[in-house]
Formats: sequence, C-alpha cells, structure tokens
Amino acid sequence: MIRAVAIVLALTFTTPAAAQTVAITGGRVVTMGPAGEIERGTVVITGGRIVAVGADVAVPPSAKIVDATGKIVTPGLVAAGTALGLIEVRAVETTDDRATDASDVSAAFDAGYGLNPDSLLIPVARLGGITRAITTPAYKDRSDRELLFAGQAAAVVLDGRAMLMKRGVAMVLDMGDAGAERAGGARAAELVALRALFAEVRDYRARRAAYDRGETRDYTLSRADMDALIPVVEGRMPLLVSVNRAADIRDALALGREEGLKLILESASEGWRVADEIAAAGVPVLLTPVENTPASFEMLGATLTNAARLAAAGVTIAIEGNDNHREREMRYNAGNAAANGLDRQAALAAITINPARIFGLADRIGSLEAGKEGDVVIWDGDPLDTLARPTAVFIRGAAQPMTSRATELRDRYLPAVLHPSNGETP
Amino acid sequence: MRHASLVLLAATALAGCAASDRPQPAPAPAADAAPAIDRDPYPSTYRAPAADRVALVGGTVLTATGEEIANGTVLMEDGKIAAVGASLAVPGGYRTVDARGKWVTPGVIDAHSHLGAWAQPESVEAHNDVNEMTDPNTAQVWVEHSVWPQDPGFDAAREAGVTTMMILPGSGNLFGGRTVTLKNVPSVTMQGMKFPGAPYGLKIACGENPKRVYGGKGRSPATRMGNVAGYRKAWIDAQDYARRWDKWDKAGRSGEAPKRDLQLETLAGVLRGEILVQNHCYRADEMANMIDISREFGFRIRTFHHANEAYKVASLLAKEDICIATWASWWGYKMEVFDAIEENAALVHAAGGCAIIHSDDPIVIQRLNQEAAAALSAAWRAGIRISKADAIRWFTANPAKALGIADRVGTIEAGKNADVVLWSHDPFSIYARAEKVWVDGGIVFDRADARYRRHSDFLLGQSGETK
Repeated sequence: MIRAVAIVLALTFTTPAAAQTVAITGGRVVTMGPAGEIERGTVVITGGRIVAVGADVAVPPSAKIVDATGKIVTPGLVAAGTALGLIEVRAVETTDDRATDASDVSAAFDAGYGLNPDSLLIPVARLGGITRAITTPAYKDRSDRELLFAGQAAAVVLDGRAMLMKRGVAMVLDMGDAGAERAGGARAAELVALRALFAEVRDYRARRAAYDRGETRDYTLSRADMDALIPVVEGRMPLLVSVNRAADIRDALALGREEGLKLILESASEGWRVADEIAAAGVPVLLTPVENTPASFEMLGATLTNAARLAAAGVTIAIEGNDNHREREMRYNAGNAAANGLDRQAALAAITINPARIFGLADRIGSLEAGKEGDVVIWDGDPLDTLARPTAVFIRGAAQPMTSRATELRDRYLPAVLHPSNGETP
Repeated sequence: MRHASLVLLAATALAGCAASDRPQPAPAPAADAAPAIDRDPYPSTYRAPAADRVALVGGTVLTATGEEIANGTVLMEDGKIAAVGASLAVPGGYRTVDARGKWVTPGVIDAHSHLGAWAQPESVEAHNDVNEMTDPNTAQVWVEHSVWPQDPGFDAAREAGVTTMMILPGSGNLFGGRTVTLKNVPSVTMQGMKFPGAPYGLKIACGENPKRVYGGKGRSPATRMGNVAGYRKAWIDAQDYARRWDKWDKAGRSGEAPKRDLQLETLAGVLRGEILVQNHCYRADEMANMIDISREFGFRIRTFHHANEAYKVASLLAKEDICIATWASWWGYKMEVFDAIEENAALVHAAGGCAIIHSDDPIVIQRLNQEAAAALSAAWRAGIRISKADAIRWFTANPAKALGIADRVGTIEAGKNADVVLWSHDPFSIYARAEKVWVDGGIVFDRADARYRRHSDFLLGQSGETK
C-alpha cells in the first residue's frame, strides 16, 4: 500500500506542464464536432487548449510533434455515472465516500468534496481513454432513513491534479423500485413526497428571510438540502433520475413536466418502449447497454437494442461503463451497442460529446474543436474495440503516464514468466 | 453400474456413442448385495436436439487446438464433428451453411456460472438459491437442486454462443457443495440439461468470504488461519470416512455398512479422485497454501477460480497442472482482488499453464469472447505473443479440461461433439455476435429465426420484448 501511494505521487509530479505546445499529426482525426472526420488531420494544443484542428493546419515551430500516422485521434472519453475519486476498495468502508446515511444531508451531499486525485482507479480509467468523468453520489440506506435524493454529481478531470471541474452538474434521485422502497414501499408515496418537497422548496425560496426569523412552518428537509434543491426546482440543475420500467419513465417525465424540471434519465431499461415520449420531452438518457437481463421486475424489457432504439427515436444518449473499477469497459459497452444496431459514430458520440452536452460541459470538452480543453486520445485501432488501446492520452494538453499500479505489478512479474531461466517468480 | 469407480469409465464410453443415446437406467442391485450407494441418483435425461448433416463452408475456423483455418469447412454428422479442414469437399447429403466472411469456433464453455441457482430476476430474494450460508461446511448440498431451468439467463447465454456451463454454489462457505455441469439447452428439468457423464466438482472457497460470513456470526472461521483449520478438520474426517467404507468394501461388503454421510461422501469422492476440486481463491499465497493442503490429504485441485494473483505463481500452477479461471477487467471490489491485472490469463498461458476466462456473472457470460479479447489485447501490449488460435482455448478447450469433459467438447476435431458457434465477425472483435449455435449437431440458436429466442417460461406474457 505504501508502495502504491508512492507510485501515484511519482506520476503526479512527473506530469508534464500543460503550457507546452503539442501538435498531433497524421492521424485520422475523429473530431465529434462540426468538422466531422479528417482523414489526415492535425490537432494543435497550446496552454492546455486546442487552438487548431484540421487537414491543413500549420504546426508551430515550437510544438512538440506527436506522430499519429496510421492511428485514430479522438476526444478524451467522458464517463457518466461513475464515482471516480470517491472510492478505492469497495469492501473497505473508509475508502468509500460515495454516500452518507446522515439524516440531514441528502440533496446537499456534494460529490465535489472529498475527491481523491491519487485514487488508483484513475490511471486505470485513463488507460481506457477516459479523461473526464461525472462523479455521482450513491445511496447508503439505513432502516430509519427517509432519503429521497442521493446528492449532487460533480464533473471531474482525471489528470491526477485537483479533480473538481464543475460542481452540481446534476441532482441524483432513484425512482422505480429503489425510490419506492425509500419512500415507504410504494411508487405513489415517492411521487407524492417529491411533489410536496418541491412545493416546500419553492415556499422556502420565497420566504428565506422569514425562515431565518423562524416565522415559517417546519420544513421536511434541512436548510442545506433545500438550498441545494433550489436550482433543481428552477430547472437550472438537471434532476438525474434512475428509472427503468416504462410506466415509471412516464411518471418521471410527467413529474418533470408538471414541476418544470430539467431531467436526465439513467438506466432506462425499458426506455425503448417509450422512446418517442422521451424524445418528445427532450430528455437525454444515460444507459449501460449490456445490461440486458431481467434483473428485477422493473427491468423485464431489458434488451441489447435499447441504445439503438432510443437513438433512432431521437433521444440523446450517453453510454456508461461498468462501475468505477471497470469504467474502462465503457468503450466496449459502446461497441456492444454498435454491434446491436447503434451507428458507430453515434456510439462514439455517446461516450464523448453527448455526455459533455448532457452535463453542460460541451463548451469545454467532448470534441476536438478550437477553444476546447486539450483532452485527446490516440488509438492504435477502433476506439470501440477491445483489441485497440490508446497509445497516448492528453489531458488539458499534458501527456499522461501510460501506466497504472496494475501495469507496475505486471512488469514486476512478467520477466520471470517470459524468461524463467533467470530465476523463479518471487 | 452406479458404483463410483465405474462412473468415469461410463463417461468415457459415452464419448464414443452417438449423442442421441440416452443413458441407460441402472440395473437393479443384485438381491444379495448390501445396499449400494447410488452415485448418480439424479441422472441426466438430456436428449440431443435433432441433428442433420451440416457443412459450414468458407469461414475462418478457430479449432481451439491451436489452428486458425482460413476458408475452412466443418462437417457435422450424427451430433459429432465429422471433419474439419481447409477447403474440404462437402459430401452429398449435407446441408451447406455459407460461412464466408464469418468465423467458426467451438461452443463457448463457462467454467464459472451461477445461472439457474441465482436466477433472473436476480433482485428477487426467492431466486437466490446459491449460497447455503448456514455452516462453513456444506459439502452435502448439490447446486443442481437449486437450478431453475427457466432462468432467462440461460437464454441470453445461449444467444451469445454458450453451450456448456458449470454451475457452482456460492463462496460464502469453506465447502460450498457440489457443482453441476449443464448443457445450455431449453429444458423443463435440470436433469434435461445435465451434461451426461460429466464429473461433479466440489466448490471450496478461500479468503475473505468465508471468514467474513462466519466471523460476522461470531463463529469460526473468522480468520484465514481459521479457514485452513476448517479445511483440515474436514479432510481428516473425510479420510476417516473413506477408510471405513474401504474397509467394509474390502471385507466383501459383509456386515453392517457404515452410515452414509452426505457431507463426507462428497469429500471422500474428492479423495478418490472422482470429484474435481473447484477452488475459489484469489491470492497467490493462499493458492500455495491450498496446494500444500491438497498434498497433506492426497487430493488434487483441478481449478483455481478468480485466481487474480495467479500471475504471481504462474510457474507453480503450470507445474501442478492446475487451471485458473479468471477475468480480464474485474478488480478492486475487495482487498483480495486489489492486485488483479488484465494480463493474468496471458501470463499463466505464457508460463505453460491452463488459463480460462470465466464469467461468474449473467452479463459477462454473454461476452466471454470480449473478456478474452481484452486479456489478449493487454497481453499483446505487454509483449506476450499469443495468437487468437491459442487464446480461443481460454473459453473453449481449457474450461472443458477444467470441467473434466475435454474428451467430448471444447475443440473442433473429428469425433468431438458438434458444439459449434458461427460468429458474424472475428470473435475477438467487439462487433462479433453469435449467429447460429449448435449443440451436439442440433441447432439451438439462430439469430434469423425468432423461434430460437427467449424460451424461458418466465418471460411469457411479460411486458418485455417478445421477438
């Protein structure tokens, strides 16, 4: 463990300065922006920002040239629905800061605090081409807790430096089975409780001075929770609703419509059954397309074709990874969606520009366009395929170490296997 | 007939029979014999699907014997592989399937699954029959008695090319119970899926799970040393039990037979070499301890499951001829899997050992080829040269070996059971999907034909997709 920490520190301190100018040349540049794909393109990054992308871009004489001939160049991948920075070993409680069971911190829980840029999960995700993530709070239930909101998600950057990119990018809420259980065991209870809470938050918003003087009625939530929900009821902060059953999706859409909320749906196993309604509401969906088993009574309609059908209906989708330690599989999930009918370009969008748009970050990341931050991945093959890997990862213009604790372990034991005559394994 | 020592012989004989042969009913015990123990009281009633003569022509064939055959032909007849080779002539009477541009492999075998025993919907407690966590030693339970053949997970796995699975009890106990090997065919009964003649396994668990479960209940084992004491006590009891039965056997089975004990009977079956040890064990040091325990009591370990630190003792495992069944991407969910690396399988393979990519999961079982591809991809970047023709063994031939059924399935060779997958692409590509799947020469999945999808009664009438 001491050794592991030492490795991460070493990596952090050897990260090159972002101020340098880098020109990535000769690769097939998949911009995910208006420029589309450029067969032999150049990406120039200066001071951590992209300054030029194109086929006929002049390379500044001072630039460090990275030859990407024969390779594919994409934006850094954006992982929605992770807890990167908040978890190390799932079964070791002190290393898991995803959730609280404190009764007075629910909506106010902020995943932008307590982030650990030295987490060993970060280099592992980065070796899967992931440069940014949405770190999302989880629920930690106890029997006497009436908790409706998990808290606020934060956008984070994965270059080993201070992680926080943007606080409060979404308020996280479970509906469906889990939400119903927390609200007392029935879906109707949650829907009623939510409407009552939103009304209280609006009341509080209008009467804050009176609240401070103790002249309002008692509210259900703590002051911190109500403050956190004000941007939600104002439709400024998206409410990220985890929901699966088609009927529950309709209920969530109705709630959003009636309360004037900005929604993002998550999981949405039966989304394909109500795809037109989701599209008409202009609500984006985060999903894990490989989750095709009827794992619960709210997921009976789970299918590998969900992503393709949602996209065909006009829904903006983002594809998630397989949770934290397995976040690097996100691109494989996108590949599986493509194998099951999603256009390949749309699959790549679902792990780059779409999550950036959904979380209000598209002015900074998600595509290779002048003015955006310099997150670039060079791949030795199709980014959606297991057989391809990144050969270089840049975040804010800085080349990232292509190592993780796992590759250090590999390199420690590899020689004894490849050259057994040199001695036994330790 | 049902005496244990004959089970293996019977299994070998079966391999030479047409797959449509049904196991014969056991002869009634002779009237003068002492009450014999029925070693196969829940016999397979599996019947191979109707098979015709099929020629897969023009595909790239990964035989799992180390060959990649371009423009290959695979002939299937009477449930067996009749021939495989490049540009073979197709004899008359064969239905030709155009495999040009596609790939052909043996049926996928998952060495570690809980399908049926922890069935979908998995969130429903009533469907969780996988872990008899009432005592650290439950060697007496047989997971086949938990298997619900209507688990929709079987359908999803079949649609992904999985033709054979070993179902294991969970890892909460030191001794979790007997495993069962199933063919992935639709069936109303477990017996209808049971792989004829496949040996039983015994699930043993190392490490964190048993000590957490029982330490949490204030009883032993609460530590890893408690785990080991628990194994040793059980093997001492099993040796004693086996001796008593052997003594009675050698004495001509006269006099009163020892009383049967289901728990000890399974452990004694391991000591006799009839039941294969399938050992959940993550850490290198614990695998070394388990090998010493097996020497202390005279049995063999067939497979270490999960085995995420196998790469640290790769040469030891190769020398001991113990397979490891692992993932590429799983790590970090608890301390004993903190040191997992993507190249684990490849390092064991490179050391000359038997590497397997397994699932332990109803989602991952549907893409063992992709999990293997991730492992292979990592291996290549580390300078470990392994061909696709070799890596295909990780989810075909090698699990067949681990399950004790390599004489019948796991490769495409003349005489083997015709368990075959036709893939849309190179199976190591993310875009590959199983298009057609054969078990014993009979088609069990055809992506183009809705009749082969979603057999589970559970899904009937439900809101989900019906075609």
